[in-house]
Amino acid sequence: MSEHLLSLVLLTPLAGMLLLLLIPSSKTTLIKIWANVSAFAGFAVSLLLLTRFDRTSGDFQMVERADWIPAIGLKYALGIDGISLLLVLLTTLMGFLAVLSSWNAVEDRVKSYYAMLLLQQTGMIGVFLALDFLLFYVFWEIVLVPMYFIIGVWGGHRKLYAAIKFFLYTMAGSVLMLLGILTLYFQHYQQFGFYTFEISGLMKLSLPLGLQQWVFWSLFIGFAIKVPMFPFHTWLPDAHVEAPTAGSVILAAVLLKMGTYGFIRFSLPLLPDASVDGVIVQVLAGLSIIAILYGALASLMQQDWKKLVAYSSVSHLGFCTLGIFALNPNGIAGSIIQQINHGISTGMLFLIVGVIYERRHTREIGEYGGLAHVMPNYAKVFAFAMFSSAGLPLLNGFVGEFTILQGAFEANRIWAAFAVVGIILGAAYLLWLYQRTMLGQVTNAKNLGLPDLSVREWAVFLPLIAWALWIGVYPKPYFDVLDKPVTRIVERVRPGYFEALTQSSAAVAGDVR
Amino acid sequence: MNFLDHIWLIPLFPLFGAVVMLILGRRFDPQAPSDAALAPGLVESVEDHGHHAIGAAKFLVSLLCPGMVLLSFLLSVGAVIELASTAGKVHQVIQFTWLAGLPFHRADGALARFSADWGFLLDPLSSVMILIVTGIGFLIHVYSTGYMAHDGGYYRFFAYLNLFVFFMLMLVLANNYALLFVGWEGVGLCSYLLIGFYFHKKAAGDAAKKAFIVNRIGDAGFILGMLLLFALVGSVRFLDVNAALAGRAPETSFGVLSVLALLLFLGAAGKSAQFPLYVWLPDAMEGPTPVSALIHAATMVTAGVYMIARSSALFALTPETSTIVAAVGAFTAIFAASIALVQNDIKRVLAYSTVSQLGFMFVALGVGAYWVAVFHLYTHAFFKALLFLGAGSVIHAMSGEQDMRRMGGLKDKIPVTFRTMFIGSLAIAGVPGLAGFFSKDEILWQAWSSPLGSKSIFAVGLVTAFMTAFYMWRLMFLTFYGQPRMDAHTAAHIRESPISMTVPLSVLALLSIAGGWIGVPKLWSVFGDGFRAFEHWLEPVFAAAHSAEEAHHEASVEWLLMALSVSVAVGAILLARRRYLSKAVQEEPEAEAPGLLHKILLNKWYVDEIYDFLFVNGLAKRGGTLLGRFDSAIVDGGVNGAAWLTRFTSRFSIWWDTWIVDGLVRLSAFTVKVWSYPVRLVQNGLVQTYALMVMAGLAVILGYYMSR
Repeated sequence: MSEHLLSLVLLTPLAGMLLLLLIPSSKTTLIKIWANVSAFAGFAVSLLLLTRFDRTSGDFQMVERADWIPAIGLKYALGIDGISLLLVLLTTLMGFLAVLSSWNAVEDRVKSYYAMLLLQQTGMIGVFLALDFLLFYVFWEIVLVPMYFIIGVWGGHRKLYAAIKFFLYTMAGSVLMLLGILTLYFQHYQQFGFYTFEISGLMKLSLPLGLQQWVFWSLFIGFAIKVPMFPFHTWLPDAHVEAPTAGSVILAAVLLKMGTYGFIRFSLPLLPDASVDGVIVQVLAGLSIIAILYGALASLMQQDWKKLVAYSSVSHLGFCTLGIFALNPNGIAGSIIQQINHGISTGMLFLIVGVIYERRHTREIGEYGGLAHVMPNYAKVFAFAMFSSAGLPLLNGFVGEFTILQGAFEANRIWAAFAVVGIILGAAYLLWLYQRTMLGQVTNAKNLGLPDLSVREWAVFLPLIAWALWIGVYPKPYFDVLDKPVTRIVERVRPGYFEALTQSSAAVAGDVR
Repeated sequence: MNFLDHIWLIPLFPLFGAVVMLILGRRFDPQAPSDAALAPGLVESVEDHGHHAIGAAKFLVSLLCPGMVLLSFLLSVGAVIELASTAGKVHQVIQFTWLAGLPFHRADGALARFSADWGFLLDPLSSVMILIVTGIGFLIHVYSTGYMAHDGGYYRFFAYLNLFVFFMLMLVLANNYALLFVGWEGVGLCSYLLIGFYFHKKAAGDAAKKAFIVNRIGDAGFILGMLLLFALVGSVRFLDVNAALAGRAPETSFGVLSVLALLLFLGAAGKSAQFPLYVWLPDAMEGPTPVSALIHAATMVTAGVYMIARSSALFALTPETSTIVAAVGAFTAIFAASIALVQNDIKRVLAYSTVSQLGFMFVALGVGAYWVAVFHLYTHAFFKALLFLGAGSVIHAMSGEQDMRRMGGLKDKIPVTFRTMFIGSLAIAGVPGLAGFFSKDEILWQAWSSPLGSKSIFAVGLVTAFMTAFYMWRLMFLTFYGQPRMDAHTAAHIRESPISMTVPLSVLALLSIAGGWIGVPKLWSVFGDGFRAFEHWLEPVFAAAHSAEEAHHEASVEWLLMALSVSVAVGAILLARRRYLSKAVQEEPEAEAPGLLHKILLNKWYVDEIYDFLFVNGLAKRGGTLLGRFDSAIVDGGVNGAAWLTRFTSRFSIWWDTWIVDGLVRLSAFTVKVWSYPVRLVQNGLVQTYALMVMAGLAVILGYYMSR
């Protein structure tokens, strides 16, 4: 079993789903219990990764490799490094919490709902574990299907519009991405005489800059839509607003990270020359900064609680992509940490909307006000999530944002100066939302008898609160895990980054003093 | 016990108190939604939870929270005493690497690692700060047990207050800028929570939000400053930064260090309420009065002054930025004082007074007199905390009334409050012998005599000193002297505050008298060097910044200026007495000179309105709305447009397919059909017809051949 740990992590939710299908649809409580057990098992199994993970290595670890379709060179190849480790743990935890949070939220077609959530888990874990580009693509596409149904079946009033928009938009991106993948695949055949999709193989390619740029843009479309980067973000508010709570949580916390992960895992290492190309870097950093400011400003004026959080995601993901295209160690490491942070904070914010939506069935901000009097614990948790999202030091958000800003500052001081404005606006839209919903007097009689957080809801929030505090107070383990793989990526795109350092430090050390 | 190695414990006691309160507090204090929490029409529908006897639980809270701060204070005293006996007077304790980032290229291309310690630095400067924070913090905690006794959310108040002390201690004990920033943001958080403590009031929520966001603007500067520091020095540890800057010549033009200093100053201006970022502080008075005293007078708002004093090695190298600091400070001082002249809310007067006094501190920083700034910070902490707590005691006696126009004649009804506030007002006015005199006079003298100072800054300072004495004594005369102007119901309930409130007032009054005697002017050589202990104590911290020896000045000039500032203060007090003790004014204080200037001042120069117009409504709301429309119309318009185009092309294809492609097929079929019609007519399937046709054809052919 030990040499198949990754497969175990990958397939546990799927196995849970298959067994779930054997339970008769009428036994909803049993279905719920089993779904929670499976999702928790998925999380528990992923914790085993920590015991085996060697953080002193930048290589892929616990690698599993088997032929799947030998005729085209497709392999079932899994592996993990520090970057995917963190994202897998985020996926399994958020997956479990999403299932746990759904207990009362979904009463219709319960069996299919939980089956979809579990299937989605396997798809997302697969995305982060795949070492074969086509395998990655397969998982990437698998993820679309359950989310399509989750939004389309259990969603709000405009669920069909949102679901179809989500599916077609991201599908369009994937197809272009597939073109890029195939280009690399055929190039590999030309240069080496055999077909493979494996990252390690594709990294050996030597491609002219022009071709790299073409492939870069084709992958870009796929990844940028998923992130989503400006101006490909408009599917996100619709999808979030219509999705049920668990769908929003998974979408924000994990699904979006597939895009940023794609940039880090594939675009940078496979296309190193294109990744440092001046135009490409400027465009991507520019779009990131626009996203940061644009998302924040658009959040300010939203009347729909969930839409506000959705736009704030656009802003936060802008930080993540800015960090990646700072193309230095702190930018990339900060970006990954911020991806985890965004999962925690925005996940919490969506769960918070879910709690109130379950009680009142509206997301209209104007319907609320003064909730802190009625639900004091809820207000506290919301305040915590708000400050975590706004990047208050000693909470998780600050560590990510500050590290990204350092990377951006190193790359281009103007970028950092613009991005830092996003931090001001971030406080503005969140505090205003908080004031409008939690503070003041209770003006709407419907809000009077609302029950405060239940034990189950506390159980959903507490792990996230603890995680946010851990990253904020002692982020060192995270940087330790990321150190080696990030170093490897930076060396790949900017050879000599670290050597130049040591030499120049010896030469110029006297100058600084 | 070795105190010095355990300074990291100092902040943890109040943190412990805060955590216990936040987790267990509600058990102590079941807080039913009070009537105040509900809009008028809804009050009846809430069931009455009923208040249980929670006296014992409250007593526990009153014991634990102030007790934790007292422990920190004792630990601080021990550590400072030990520090005094060490040689270098610097002690650093590094516990672990908090921010453990990856390597990066410094601006000069050299190697550095992005990291920050969880580390603490005790030196003379942080000693002063921790003693102020824990000492005054303790007094205000004690006072609050009396002041908040009848408020809902007792445990919540003390949880926030203890949390504040934790973050404030982190701020002043941190050994690097990043950890300082942790405290910096943390006190901002507590300030937000405490300003918005009465969160059922919209004004409180607004003020809390405003404070946090305006501070964030300053923080943006601070963050960029830290990043620039990383790029230049590669470290944010104070000792590393000072070492890297040591020996450098001051910048002659506005170079990179000046930019760095300016960015840090932007942060300081937010936290310490300097123009143009001061607007949050007056509104912060929505919080309970002890909060105003602790956070918005004595400690948090001085964090900016502390931070710049901490960066004195940098500011000493950047004369241009220092000039900006002094100018902003001087402008803020006179600007805020002018507003304080006409305000009628007792707390607002004190709030603007605080802004103004902070301006004084920045003047001192800007002219390079760092120890003087810290000295004024220290004396101001005593007398301003005293004045706020006194005002709180007045408000307490007046059943919540804050408008001085409805006070008057309280002198004999609340004698302890009156006497202590009397001392505080003398101290802030600058009457010789009291704490405020020594520090303010030193600032004015430094503004005049320092190489970075100027006569005009001195003049602004002098006018501000006049205004300060005037508005403070206007406050005193309107509140305590003359006719009582409150209604009978309020008048019947006036009584002196409980002992838990009057004792802190008395202690602070004593400190406001005696506290200044460790910083007497050099001129007063009759007193020994011991009376200048404050400057000597701080000397090691500012040694680098004070390398340039100050120019020699005539003693007679200094005596003259001192006499001038004293007579200005006394003159202002007399003028206020003449103006506000007269019978007519006492009866109808709001009828005072309704001139244009008065109106402008009363409306605080309309700065809030201008900001609202430009930034809140203009940039944020309009911009946000506009972007929202842009997003749904243009960006999403593109997506929906693509969808429409797809549907359109799809329909067009169907049409094309039906009418053109398939049309061609059908057309050919039709053509064939048309052309075949006559042929089909013939083919009617009757053998007789066919036989007839054959016969007829035969006849035609035969006829043709025969006729040839």
